[in-house]
Amino acid sequence: MSEPTFTLDGQEIPFAPGQSVMQAALDAGVFIPHLCYHPEFRPHGSCKLCTVKINGRPATSCTTPAAAGLDVESNTQEILDKRRALLQMLLVEGNHFCPSCEKSGHCKLQALGYELGVMSPHFNQFYPDRPVDASHPDVLLDFNRCILCELCIRASAEVDGKNVFALSGRGITKHLIVNAESGKLADTNFALTDKAAQVCPVGVILPKKIGFKTPIGQRRFDVESISAHVDEFKPVAPTNKAAQGERS
Amino acid sequence: MNDTASIETIVRSHGKDGTRLMQILRETQDVLGWLSPTTITTIAKAIDWPRAKVEGTAGFYSFFHTQPLGKYRVLWSDNITDRMLGNLDLMQSMCQKLWLETGRVSEDGLVSVDTTSCTGMCDQGPAVLVNYRAIPHMTPERVEQMVELIRNQAPLADWPKEWFQVEDNIRRADILLLNTMTPGDALRASLARGAEPAMETASNERSFREAVHAGDTGPGATLDEIKRAGLRGRGGAGFTTGLKWEACRNAPGQTHYVICNADEGEPGTFKDRVLLTRQPDLVFEGMTVAAYVIGASKGYVYLRGEYRYLLEPLNAVLAQRRAAGLLGKNILGRASFDFDIEVHLGAGAYICGEESALIESLEGKRGVPRNRPPYPVTHGFLNQPTVVNNVETFAAAALIAAKGGDWYKSFGTAKSAGTKILSISGDCERPGIYEYPFGVSVAQVLEECGAKNTQAIQISGPSGICIGPDEFGRCIAFEDIPTAGAFMIFDIRRDIFDVVRNFVHFFAHESCGFCTPCRVGTTLLKNLMDKIAEGHGTQYDLNEIFQLNRLLQTAAHCGLGHTACNPLVHTLEKFRPAYERRLKSFEFEPAFDLDAALSQARQMTGRDDAGAHLETAQ
Repeated sequence: MSEPTFTLDGQEIPFAPGQSVMQAALDAGVFIPHLCYHPEFRPHGSCKLCTVKINGRPATSCTTPAAAGLDVESNTQEILDKRRALLQMLLVEGNHFCPSCEKSGHCKLQALGYELGVMSPHFNQFYPDRPVDASHPDVLLDFNRCILCELCIRASAEVDGKNVFALSGRGITKHLIVNAESGKLADTNFALTDKAAQVCPVGVILPKKIGFKTPIGQRRFDVESISAHVDEFKPVAPTNKAAQGERS
Repeated sequence: MNDTASIETIVRSHGKDGTRLMQILRETQDVLGWLSPTTITTIAKAIDWPRAKVEGTAGFYSFFHTQPLGKYRVLWSDNITDRMLGNLDLMQSMCQKLWLETGRVSEDGLVSVDTTSCTGMCDQGPAVLVNYRAIPHMTPERVEQMVELIRNQAPLADWPKEWFQVEDNIRRADILLLNTMTPGDALRASLARGAEPAMETASNERSFREAVHAGDTGPGATLDEIKRAGLRGRGGAGFTTGLKWEACRNAPGQTHYVICNADEGEPGTFKDRVLLTRQPDLVFEGMTVAAYVIGASKGYVYLRGEYRYLLEPLNAVLAQRRAAGLLGKNILGRASFDFDIEVHLGAGAYICGEESALIESLEGKRGVPRNRPPYPVTHGFLNQPTVVNNVETFAAAALIAAKGGDWYKSFGTAKSAGTKILSISGDCERPGIYEYPFGVSVAQVLEECGAKNTQAIQISGPSGICIGPDEFGRCIAFEDIPTAGAFMIFDIRRDIFDVVRNFVHFFAHESCGFCTPCRVGTTLLKNLMDKIAEGHGTQYDLNEIFQLNRLLQTAAHCGLGHTACNPLVHTLEKFRPAYERRLKSFEFEPAFDLDAALSQARQMTGRDDAGAHLETAQ
């Protein structure tokens, strides 16, 4: 029996049972912009960058199960405009200064900005006050850049088994916290070798002492656009029980 | 008792169960005044949860404090109806008398005064919550007396009793509010629909339905009545109740749950408060009927924190029902028909009215709507099949169970069976509760509540619709104007822009922050409205509103985000002059006052001459 398929911008995409629209697309080498999605974790659906139209209705492609015959629109002017607006929202919500950011060139937010042609922040900057946490000997936390994708939270809970990170606050005051009465990372059991230290798509969790090792201009997304890296986002075998769809 | 011992006593009384965190936090805060970092650590250890997760829950809800906020916390309800009754002036005068700044705690740590989202007292405002106890009808005299009581540190128990009297204001009652059934009648009718089941011993851990499935035809027959009645959810979405119950009944699970959504947070809505005051038995009976139909043994009422004062009366009714054999084991003598209900208090988060956020909150977590599918009917509370219905839906279901679907269907219209309770507030002579059969015209409602010179009505709250006089011929019904019950009236003296700005601030305050478009978008909208209010708005800003509306409609995670622009879009269509008269005539206008921006520099240099000012177009 041949594999079932759906269409994505007119292209036939095969899928395996249980795959999401996003996973099937990435598997087929078609890039759908995303920030909170990570192939090793269960989908989250909060950044909304991967919003597509499925049979004419908007939906997040990371949380929608693939089904035979779906008609998915992704690269339309309308959807691209909305994705740009979402990126602009994330850019004004935090404090993002690409030229001085250690993550420049490795940052998915920045790379998607280039990919989608975000030429300005468009909205007025919020300039939130978010003090950095340099307490940990090996890691700097720069909350200014946090986009609240919860990847570090998921990695620390589901892979590292440490629950170092969580969210507090609500609405626009929602923010990342660490698992310590002092509120300082140094007072947690976080280690540089944790999975949570490796999943931040932006420049919040930064290893110390190796800053700017690779010159800006020669970094991952400096050399090739993020969509050219589509293979890196292909589905992998789940590394943890949560990736199989269990609720924590 | 020291703090740690107090906390441990509270946690033990909840079986050290983390899913009961909301109640643990509330009770702890009641004793200790606030949730300090060490308190949070102690609770986390006691329930064996990561500390950060407990802090995350505590930080989500408006009524939990991770900072000390004073021995007395006065919160002024800030719905537009409170504003129209002068709440801001009263709050201002209270702050002045207490030498306080809004939102700040007094130097001696005695008191803080702030605003809060609508507390559901719109027909008797301006209203406050003092240490989460509701006090309606605030007046300058009451402010004066309250300030004295606070200064003298009088315990709340010694405050005038009449202040805490909440009125029902039932102006028009119909089948729900006129109900005089004896508690248990609806259950007896449901049980009578099925033959007595074959005697079979059910394990207490299992639902009775699995044990007696073959024998009892009552649940199916009662479900048929609910379906025949054509009952639709009264919380706003209008989902067919019979289908929801049937899907849940058919969903496999270790156990099933019934949840009553009494998180009545939509500004301008207060009918559930009155139903729970006047007809609590009818609501509980509806929940028990639902339990009988779907095979649940446990139910919860999620009561909004603003209605804290209803907790003891509701628990008293539950105790009576247990004593009467209407709750507990073998209800009405039916073998293994076991069901009990518990009231869970929320803590100030509008989003928990969304059913999956409500369930998260009931599990002790941050009230964030889940990704769907799966839906609560298959994966709800603790991942088990769960029915979540509004207070009014359960009350109607009880009537249907007692009197049958055909009887119920004889009220209302062909597509909207039964009655709808409206919460009427704003500019009218007789605000309060009005129960009408579906199909009543807006004009009739206005006439009967004594509204004159009406300019606009906001129906179903900020997330509903705003209509003007040319639409007063329309009807309250699912096929025309569906509503969760709010009906706020604005006469020609009111500025519609102020109304909408209040709603926009509400959404920004209540966004859970999970998804990007709603978290950032609601604040962008708030900033745009403030910009226009301050006289810096242009045509460009109006266009921005429409752009943001399209984005939120498309990309937001839940109904809050989808509807956050509704008040703007409806009023920009119907009341555009309210906006346009505030716009500057030119195309571009900076978002701030250039000259005012120099005030700090002037202060620092000690200059205030003409050269230290910018010429601005005034």
